[in-house]
Amino acid sequence: MQSLSLLLASLPDGVLLGLVYGLAAMGLTLIWGVMNVINLSHGPIITLGMFGTFFLFLRAGVNPYLGLFVIAAFGLLLGVLIYAVAVHRVINAPHLSSLLATFSVNMIIIGLGTAVFTTSPYNVDFSLGSLPLGPVTLLGTRLVAALVAILYAGALYLFLYRTRPGKFIRAVANNRAAAELMGIPSTRILALSFGLGTMLAAVSGALIATFFPFSILSGGSYELKSFVIGVLGGLGSPVGALLGGLILGLLEGIIPAFLESSWVPVIEFALFVLILLVRPAGLLGAKR
Amino acid sequence: MRKLLSLFSRLSLVALLLAACAPAATPAAPPAAAETTVVIGFTSSLTGSQEVSSKRQVNGFNLWMDQVNAAGGLKLPDGSVVKFAAKTYDDESNKERVQELYTRLITEDNADFLISPYSSGLTAAAAIIAEQNGKVMITAGAAEDDAYKQGYTHIFQLYTPGSLYLISTVDMLKKLDPGARVAIVHENDKFSTSVVTGLKPYLEAQGFEVVLEEGYASDTTDFGPVINKLTESGATVLLGGGHYPDGSTFARQLYERKVGLKFTSLLVAPADSKFPELGDAALGVSTSSQWELKATHTQEEAASVGGEWFGPSGAEFASAYEAAFGDKPTYHAAGGYAAGLVLQKAILDAGSTDPAKVKAALEAMDIFTFYGGIKFDTSAEAHGLQISHQMVVVQWQKDDAGALVREVIWPAEVATADPLYPVPAP
Repeated sequence: MQSLSLLLASLPDGVLLGLVYGLAAMGLTLIWGVMNVINLSHGPIITLGMFGTFFLFLRAGVNPYLGLFVIAAFGLLLGVLIYAVAVHRVINAPHLSSLLATFSVNMIIIGLGTAVFTTSPYNVDFSLGSLPLGPVTLLGTRLVAALVAILYAGALYLFLYRTRPGKFIRAVANNRAAAELMGIPSTRILALSFGLGTMLAAVSGALIATFFPFSILSGGSYELKSFVIGVLGGLGSPVGALLGGLILGLLEGIIPAFLESSWVPVIEFALFVLILLVRPAGLLGAKR
Repeated sequence: MRKLLSLFSRLSLVALLLAACAPAATPAAPPAAAETTVVIGFTSSLTGSQEVSSKRQVNGFNLWMDQVNAAGGLKLPDGSVVKFAAKTYDDESNKERVQELYTRLITEDNADFLISPYSSGLTAAAAIIAEQNGKVMITAGAAEDDAYKQGYTHIFQLYTPGSLYLISTVDMLKKLDPGARVAIVHENDKFSTSVVTGLKPYLEAQGFEVVLEEGYASDTTDFGPVINKLTESGATVLLGGGHYPDGSTFARQLYERKVGLKFTSLLVAPADSKFPELGDAALGVSTSSQWELKATHTQEEAASVGGEWFGPSGAEFASAYEAAFGDKPTYHAAGGYAAGLVLQKAILDAGSTDPAKVKAALEAMDIFTFYGGIKFDTSAEAHGLQISHQMVVVQWQKDDAGALVREVIWPAEVATADPLYPVPAP
C-alpha cells in the first residue's frame, strides 16, 4: 500500500513542525488575548530569533539550545521595549492605531535588518543526525525543537495558572478596569505580556533556524502561519495555538503527499474561511 | 556736429556688426574626437530572493564597463569615442518594481540600451516594457524561451535557452546509466518550468522512465513532503531545482534525510561559489553551467568552427574579476560581462550608437567569446533566442586534500574529471 506508507512518512514531520509553528502562534495569540492587539511585528521578531541562533552558534560557538536562553531574554526585553515605545500610547485607541504602530515596528526591523544582514539567505549548519523508524526518518533537530516547543508551552501554562504575575495577566486579560481596581499594576502586566509574546516568537524563530535557512524577509510566511493557526485554535487561547499548529503542520505534511504542493494554501485558507464562518472564536476560542 | 554724430553712429554700427560676427569668425577648435556617453539602464536584485546570483551578474557587467571606460572608451570609424555610464536601481526581486523601474530608466533616465534584470521571471516583466518602448535589451541571466516567442524584436538572449538546459545532462546519463529512473522536482517559476518542458520529452525519447514530476513553490523551506514522495517513487536520479535559495535548501535536506540517490542535478544553486557552504551535502551535486573557467571557450575553438573571436580570454576575465571582487567568477558573472561585450561588439560593428543600426548589428552577429558562441535567432517565431551558446555539466567533487571543487564532467572533450556516479551514500 504505497499511499499508506507515504502517509505514515509524512505524519511525524507534520506533527514536529506543527508544534514549533504552534509555539510561534502562541506568542501572537497571547498578546491578542491580553490586550486585543494584533502584533504585526511578529514576523520580523521570529526572524531576529533566527539571526540570534545564527550569530550565537556560528560566531560565538554557543550550542543552539543553550543559546535559546539568551534569545528568550532578548525577546522578552525587546517586547517590553516595543510595548513601551509603540503600543502603550495606542492601547486604548481603535484597533487600527495599534495595527499601524506594530506594522511600523515591523518595517523598521526589516529595514534595519536589510541594511545590516542584506536579504541573502543564511544557513545554520547544525545537525543532530536522524533517527530511522521503519519507513519514517525523524530529523534530530526537528525532534528537539518540538520537545522544546512543548516545554515552553507547558512552562507558559504553569506561569499563567500557578504564579502571581500569571494570575495578574489573566486578570488583566479578563477585565482590565476591574484588575486595576484590585491594585494590579496593569501597565507593567501589559508590558510583561507583550514581552512574553515576543519571547515566544523569538524562541520559535531560533528553533526554526536549526533546520530551515532564512533571510531577513522570512518572517512574513511564519507570521501568516501564526495568524492561520491563531484563528484555527482561537485567538487568545495558548492551548488552541498548539492545537492549531498541529493541524496546520499535519496539513502541510500530508497534502503535498497526495496533491501538487500548490494545493496546500488553497486547502489551508479554505479551512480558515470555514472556521471563521462556523466557529468564529476558533476551536478552543476564549469566550469574548 | 551732425557729421561727428553720424560718424559715431556708423562706427558703433560697425562695432556691433563685428561683435555679432566675432564668434563665427574665430576659427573652430580642432575637431576633437566627439565623445558621447551611452547610458545603459538595468535593475538588479540588491534585495530579495534573486540577490545572490543577481549581484554576481552586475559585478560582471560593471567589470566590463570599467575596463572599456578605463581604456578610453570605444573608438568608432568616424573618429568619435563612446563611453558608457550605468543607470541602475534595486528591483527587490519584484516583477512590479521591475516594470516601474524599466519605464523610469527609459522615460526619465533616457537609457540608450538596456540589460535585463536577473532571472527569467523578472526579465519577462522587463521585456514587455523594453519592447513597448522600442529599446534594445540584452538579456543576461534569463534562460526561459517563452519571452522570445511573443513576437518581440528588441530582446536578445545570451544564455542557452531553458528548454535545452538539461539536454547534455541527459546525454551523459544515457552513457552512464541508461536504466536510471528519473524524478523531476522543480521550482514552479517561469525558468524552471521552461527547463522541464524541454526536459521531459527528451528524457522519454532517450528511453528513460520518469517516475515523478513535481513542482514546488519558490519560497519552499520544508522539502520533507517532496522528499518523502521522491523516496516513495523509487527514483534513482533527481533532475530539478530552481534558483539559489530553494536549491541549496533542497540539497541540504536530501543529504540530511539520507535519500541516497545515485545522482542529483539541481538548477542554478550548485553553480554558485557559496554552494560548498553546505559542506558534505554539496558532494556529488551537479548542475548545468552556462560557463566554467575550467572549460572556458578559446580562440582555437572559435577558429576550429570558423567563428570570429571577440574580447578577452577566459583567464584574463577571471583574473580581472578576482582582482576586482576577490571571488572566483561564476557563470552569472561571466554572463553579465558578456552582456557588455556583446553590446560593445554591436556598437563597433554598427559604427554608431544609433539604436536601429545596433539592433541590425546584433541580428547579424555571429561571434565567439570566452563565454561561448553568440548568435541570435532572427526568425519571426523566435526572434532574439540564443542559438549558438552551449552549456557544460559540472559536479561538486572532493580534491585530494578533501576540499570541495567544481569539476566539469561533460561533454567529455572539455571534462576536467570523470563523473562521480553513483554518488556515495551519505
